[in-house]
Amino acid sequence: MQQTSQPILSVRNLKTYFHQDEGIVRAVDGASFDIYPGRTLGIVGESGCGKSVTARSILQIVDKGGRIEDGEILLRRATGNGQNDILDLAKLKPDSRQARAIRGSEIALIFQEPMTSFSPFHTVGNQIIEAIRLHKPVSRTEARQEAIELLRMVGIPRPDRRIDEYSFQLSGGLRQRVMIAMALSSDPKVLIADEPTTALDVTTQAQVLELLQQLQEEKGLSIILITHDMGVIAEMADDVVVMYLGRVVEQGPVDEIFHAPKHPYTRMLLRSIPSILARPRTKLATIAGSIPHPYNRPAGCPFHPRCPEFMPGKCDVLEPELVRQGENQEVSCFLYEE
Amino acid sequence: MVSYIIRRFLAGLLTIWAATVITFVVIQLPPGDFVTSYIANLQSSGTVIRAEEAEALRQQYGLDRPMYVQYAKWMGLMLKGNFGMAMEYNRPVREVIGDRMAITVVVSLAAVAFIWVLALPIGVYSAVRQYSLGDYFFTFLSFAGIAIPNFMLALVLLYVSFKYFDVQNIGGLFSPGMALEPWGWPKVWDMIKHLPIPAVIIGMAGMAEVVRIMRANLLDELRKPYVVTARAKGLAETRVIAKYPVRAALNPFISTIGYIFPFLVSGSIIVSLVLSLPTVGPLLYKALIAQDLFLSGTILLLLAILTVIGTFISDLLLMWIDPRIRFGMEGSN
Repeated sequence: MQQTSQPILSVRNLKTYFHQDEGIVRAVDGASFDIYPGRTLGIVGESGCGKSVTARSILQIVDKGGRIEDGEILLRRATGNGQNDILDLAKLKPDSRQARAIRGSEIALIFQEPMTSFSPFHTVGNQIIEAIRLHKPVSRTEARQEAIELLRMVGIPRPDRRIDEYSFQLSGGLRQRVMIAMALSSDPKVLIADEPTTALDVTTQAQVLELLQQLQEEKGLSIILITHDMGVIAEMADDVVVMYLGRVVEQGPVDEIFHAPKHPYTRMLLRSIPSILARPRTKLATIAGSIPHPYNRPAGCPFHPRCPEFMPGKCDVLEPELVRQGENQEVSCFLYEE
Repeated sequence: MVSYIIRRFLAGLLTIWAATVITFVVIQLPPGDFVTSYIANLQSSGTVIRAEEAEALRQQYGLDRPMYVQYAKWMGLMLKGNFGMAMEYNRPVREVIGDRMAITVVVSLAAVAFIWVLALPIGVYSAVRQYSLGDYFFTFLSFAGIAIPNFMLALVLLYVSFKYFDVQNIGGLFSPGMALEPWGWPKVWDMIKHLPIPAVIIGMAGMAEVVRIMRANLLDELRKPYVVTARAKGLAETRVIAKYPVRAALNPFISTIGYIFPFLVSGSIIVSLVLSLPTVGPLLYKALIAQDLFLSGTILLLLAILTVIGTFISDLLLMWIDPRIRFGMEGSN
């Protein structure tokens, strides 16, 4: 793995908390990772591990009650003269002009639910044209022409007619393609795909993933792919971040994560993938227990109550740090302490 | 789409017909008829009417015939646009109602305008700034608005304006001397100047309710994924809210047109008595007590027709603003 180029986006010690009457939910609690140009970073974890909140934190569109408490989100931008400047998105006000200029133009987002992610009151064309004109000084007719081209690019048949339809008139697969077209409308550098295929059936899923790969090659996109599906990660990702309760427990290149997982949680996640080679009628491996309630996080390593290699007196008292393991892998577990 | 409109229209006609039957039956339900209450009225003032005279009166109004014959005769009159005689006044119903119906519609529309113009921004504010100080303030106000009967509000307002501001003439819809003038611009202007107070009093409870509806709708819509999509594009927050969730929350808001109208008219009877407004409210009240079939029937029927028209208009508006309704219909054809 030669990662000679510099990361386009670096998340450092990101903490996003939700303040609620019942207490503070630490949805993201010190996550750090890098995204490199033209590569795909997969973020995996069970539901509620903070994957989506991480994505929304990067765009600063966290739901009401949530706030970035600490950390940096560093976006590297070319200034034109061969130099780079680095902008910390976490320092920008979410509704400020500068934050809005980056959101949707340099970093775009596609969602899990293509059905409800479009307004049923506006045609898909209206919503794409809005996105185009928000970041580019073009006329309505030019934007419309551009929108039709985008729809054609993502493989929508008869785009000049589809543009005037409403989202509820399109199939799930088409809707997700329109979503991708809208996200790409202002040539983003980074595309965040939050469970882009979860709501689709398997064949459509494969088509959408293929489309994403093809667009990545054409445009040199960096993709952050958020999913709980290890199969999708294996197919798409170059690098993997494994999250558990808002923390990164392990990260590294996809081959090493799959072939030499270090963290007990990663190992168990991989063991719970159904395999076509498994003997019939053998029970699928599961991870014992369930994710703790966000209001009472376990002390120490958040995974210790479910961990088969739990070391009493250590894991439930101290919090492990991410430490380098091997060439490119990092893991946060006391088993690998020097 | 056209067939949908036609279906709605026919359904409206059917509803009006059903309303005539129910109106007729309900008016006939109390024991006795117009003549018995007329006799009781005269007796209380010392006049005695002989049985033959009473019988003659009954025959004159057709009250001695079976109920279905009375209904058929009444319907026949209605269809001809002749609403019959107002028994108590011994004058044609049309003359007794006069411009009161139009005035009722104007007052009610003013109340609806007051409701909408205020309820929309307050509801949006309360939802967007949920649990803020302002939201609590408006929540308190709307519960007070729902809880206080509007005639109470009218009485308090009358008292306060008389006692502390020395305004004598808060009630009524016209300045003294204007009421009997023929219609013309000065009279219309005079009425417009008198409209706000009755409109506010009659509309207060409705407004409070619509604020709650708007707030609840918008809170639902704000949680939907398409709002996040709009934000993720980089749209400014105010634009996000105005274009997407507010638009979606308007749906139930518009369907309030249909039902708020009869609610306003029936709710305004006592207010009209207190504020001496020349609406049909007080007339209906008296006609019902006198068991005057023609007068009360006509008023109730006109109100039913207005309600059906209101619902029809709100259906058309919904069809216009909500593509799901438009295309849902195309699919069903």
